[in-house]
This record gives sequence, C-alpha cells and structure tokens, in this order.
Amino acid sequence: MRDLSYDAVISRKNEIMKKAVGIDYEKFMISDLVFDYEKMMDEVGYSLDKVREIQAETGVGNTTLVELKQINRLIKKIAPKGKGARIFIKDEATNPSGSYKDRRASVSVYHAQKHGYKGVIAATSGNYGAAVASQAAKRGLKCIIAQECYDSKWIGQPEILEKARSCEAYGAEVVQLTVGPELFYYTLVLLEETGFFNASLYTPYAIAGVETLGYEIAEQTKEKVGKYPDIVVITHAGGGILTGTARGLKKAGATNTEIVAASVNLKGLHMARDNDFNKKYFTTGHTGFGIPFATFPDRSDVPKNAARALRYMDRYLLVSQGEVFYITEMLAQLEGMQRGPAGNTSLAAAFALALEMDNDKVIVVNETEYTGAGKLPSAQLTFARKMGMEIKRGDPIKEDIPGKSIVIPEHPSQIGYIELDMENVRKSYVKEVMKRYNKKEFNMEEVSFMAEDTNTTEEKIKQYIKELGGELIETKKG
Amino acid sequence: MLAKKGDWVQIQKTLLKPEERTAPLPEDTKKLPLQMRVKGFLLNESADIGDEVEIETLIGRRVKGTLVAVNPKYEHDFGEPVPELITIGIELRKILEGDKNA
Repeated sequence: MRDLSYDAVISRKNEIMKKAVGIDYEKFMISDLVFDYEKMMDEVGYSLDKVREIQAETGVGNTTLVELKQINRLIKKIAPKGKGARIFIKDEATNPSGSYKDRRASVSVYHAQKHGYKGVIAATSGNYGAAVASQAAKRGLKCIIAQECYDSKWIGQPEILEKARSCEAYGAEVVQLTVGPELFYYTLVLLEETGFFNASLYTPYAIAGVETLGYEIAEQTKEKVGKYPDIVVITHAGGGILTGTARGLKKAGATNTEIVAASVNLKGLHMARDNDFNKKYFTTGHTGFGIPFATFPDRSDVPKNAARALRYMDRYLLVSQGEVFYITEMLAQLEGMQRGPAGNTSLAAAFALALEMDNDKVIVVNETEYTGAGKLPSAQLTFARKMGMEIKRGDPIKEDIPGKSIVIPEHPSQIGYIELDMENVRKSYVKEVMKRYNKKEFNMEEVSFMAEDTNTTEEKIKQYIKELGGELIETKKG
Repeated sequence: MLAKKGDWVQIQKTLLKPEERTAPLPEDTKKLPLQMRVKGFLLNESADIGDEVEIETLIGRRVKGTLVAVNPKYEHDFGEPVPELITIGIELRKILEGDKNA
C-alpha cells in the first residue's frame, strides 16, 4: 500500500507531477534558480493560432469588448476638467462556465484528451474549477476538483460553496477540504490514485490559453478606438491572467500598453490561518495571493511556474473590499451588467485611474465573471455580518481594516487606490530567492535571469543583492 | 435507517491528524486535523448519520468515510438585502442627472 503520510507524498512529488503534467521541466532548467522561460513557453505551449482553434471547438473566447458608457459619463462628470479616461471591459462572463478561466482550462483539457488521459484534476477554490469541469464535460473526460472550502467549524465560504455547486452541475467530483496548504498534498494523492492529468493553473498550457485574451483586447480596442489600449488593468492573484494577457497583447503588437495589476488589500489576514479563513470576502484577486505569487512564482504546484507576473507588471495597485462591492453595484445599476464581484477588482482600480487620466486615454479592464448565489455582494456581505464584520458607508481608503470593517464609499470620487512601489516588490523577489534557495552568492547568469524575471536592469538586481546582504561572484557567463 | 443504497449523500474523512500535519502551518491551524467532505451515491444497503460508509462519486470513484448528510442541500444563497448597497444606484443616477451635491 502507498504511504500516504504528508512527507512521503511530498517526497514523491516530482515523479507524480511528471506523469500528471507530461512536461520534463529538467529540459529548461539551467540551475535550481535559472531556467529558460521563453524556451519552455515555445516548446510546451501551443501557438496562438492553435489555441484559437482549440478554444473555438468548445466555444471559448471571442467575448465582447463593451464600452462602459454610463460609467464613463459619470467619470467625466466628477473628474477634473480635461480628465476622465474611457473604460472598456472585456465581458469574459460570457464564456461557457462564466469566466476567463475557460481559456485557462481549454488547452490543458485538450492536451489531456489528446494524450489519452481519462480525466483531469485541478486544485482550486475559484472559477477555475467550473472551467475545468465544463471543458472536461465538453471533451468527455472525468474531472475532480479539490477545494479549500471550510473552516474547522464546517462553515463554508459562500463563494467557494457556489463554485462547488457549479462543478457538480458539470458532472465533476468535488473534494472539499478544511483550511490549510495541504490542498496540494491531497491533490498529489488524487493524481497518484487516478492517473489523471493535472490541469494546473500554472503550466505553459494554462498561460498559452490566456494569451488569446490579450490578443483579442488589442484587436478589438484598435477596431473600436483606432489605437491599442493605453492601459490594461488586470485583477492579480496567482499571476496567470496578467502573464497571459500581457503576452497576448505583445503578440498582437500592443507593446506600449501599460500593464497595471490590481488586488484587493487583505493585509494582515493570514491565508492558512483557520481563524482568518472566513474573514475575507474575496476568495481570489487579493494580496494574500497577489504579493506572494508575484515575489516568488515558484510556490505553485509545478516545478517552474509559467505565470510570472513581474515580467510584465508595470504598476501594482491595491483597492479595498468596500470599493469593489461599490463598483459591482455601479456596474449592475448603470451598465445593466451583474457580474463579479471578485473580477471587478480591476474595474475599481480602473475607475480611480480614469479620474486622473486625460480624457483621450483608453483603459481596458480585461475581465468580468459570472455572479449569483454565494458570489453576489449581498451574499458576501450577509455572510460578513454573520462573521462579525462591521459594514458601513465611509471613506474606503482611510477606514477599511481587513478582517474588521468593510467600508462602502459614500461617493464615487472616494474610489482610489494604494500604489505599491515596484522597486520594493522587485526587491522582495530577490529577498525571496535568497530565502527559498538559501543563497547569498550570485553569479552573473543568475543576476541576468532575475533581471529578466522582474523586468528590471542587472544593475538594479545587483543593488538589491548588496542591500540584502548578498554577494556577487564576478564570473563570465557560460 | 436514514439513508438507503443509491441515495445521494455526503461523507467526511480525516486526511491528516494534527500530529500528522508536518507542513509549515500557523498555530491555530496546526492544532486541527485536515478534513475532507465529498459527495456520492451510498453503496451500503442502509446507514445512519455517523456510520462508516462507502460511496461512489459522480465520476465513479469509491471513497470511505463517516456519513454526515443525506441529500445535502446547497446552503449558500443570495443573502439579505444590504442597506449599505441598496441606495447606490439611486445616488449614482442623481449624479448623472446633474446633481453635483448628490
């Protein structure tokens, strides 16, 4: 019988993953830290044309780019003279399972089917589960979704309970766990038991699937306004939607579009803490994932994560839970689009940006997501009240305290953002590398890789290394 | 007997006891077992809540555990009307109609 203890299963990780993902990551590794990212994306990923073909087979993508005309009128009303950029939104909720995640699942499930796997498994508490389940249904594969869902009192997060319902509606088995990072451990157990394909969120297949989103945004924006977007605002958690969208934009030629990440600020709440689990009312798109995944992407379930947000992120903005609930109401009430709320994190940030940008600028928000029971602001806030949260109208920037109070703006002009210093974020990346690889000395090849991986100069990386107490070994490349 | 063979049920299973949770964990989580719930069709002839049973899941996988619910309800809903949200639409329309002080 297999040893199912935590340590035994984790020690079998590499062999289980190799079978379940079918990628030999060793091929792209130069050292533990350094690997050839573009080679991995080229050799393992599918071409953009092929991805479009795969997605067309299951009705994924080609969603509408909608101008938020009423919201844009509102912005012009309250913005200073000459300011007030136009916002367009990519209505990804119209994908088969209701979010952009269908794109992310489509290539993995296609690949699994092509290579004779009988089923697919994904560890996810979010929309991705429904997407994998839906794609698996379309391709006749079995599907297991493993969720982190309950606290120790068996109180389930309503948004996650809704995802479970959705997955079951597509015929998937849903395994629901209590709080803890061992979701990954149990996913390995399931992969080993079933021999199914690991439809990880972080393989090159997953990211290749999202590139079509960026490509469509570039094409559609150009068609509608005669130029590529000035800014694309992207809700940021694990980094996949940002990476895929940015790569797609570049492939379409939109190389000057600024990539802005937005997360809900949940500072102070610990993701793996049982007591904190039901104090957050966004199960994704928040700093609990956004910052760790940006600064150390290789914490994912694959040896090298294809979602590497810092390669493409130009700015990183934080908004509060209350602002996102408010903008979700605005989208429903003024635009007739009931969506989100989690996917509207980027819309809240876009609204704040639009108020300060010139009125000839164009902002694209790259997603919407389906909503309903469990997900709606009314469902989330009813639950929040039950969990003892204070909910009030007020100034969201000044009064919001994650885990204590949710502050709904009193006026749209109160929607703002907190901007993270990208230099600090990049420095944190270097700090994480030092910690994770237990490394103090860096050669030039490593410096060069880290510069590329964080979209900065080698000089900056050298400076961070020195500031963090590390050393440089001055050897030549190769 | 509450449940009979073929009924749609939910079971619960402890995957790791607290002392078996060797991953780095916060203190509160470390004291608790890692538990799982999963649904399927009951394979036993009959069972009561609390009995050790076996189920077959939607994809045909067999899993053993403690019976916790029969025909489990989806308990999440649309929530209650939230006073802090209800007036937002009216407020925004007022601003659009030109009332700057709205």
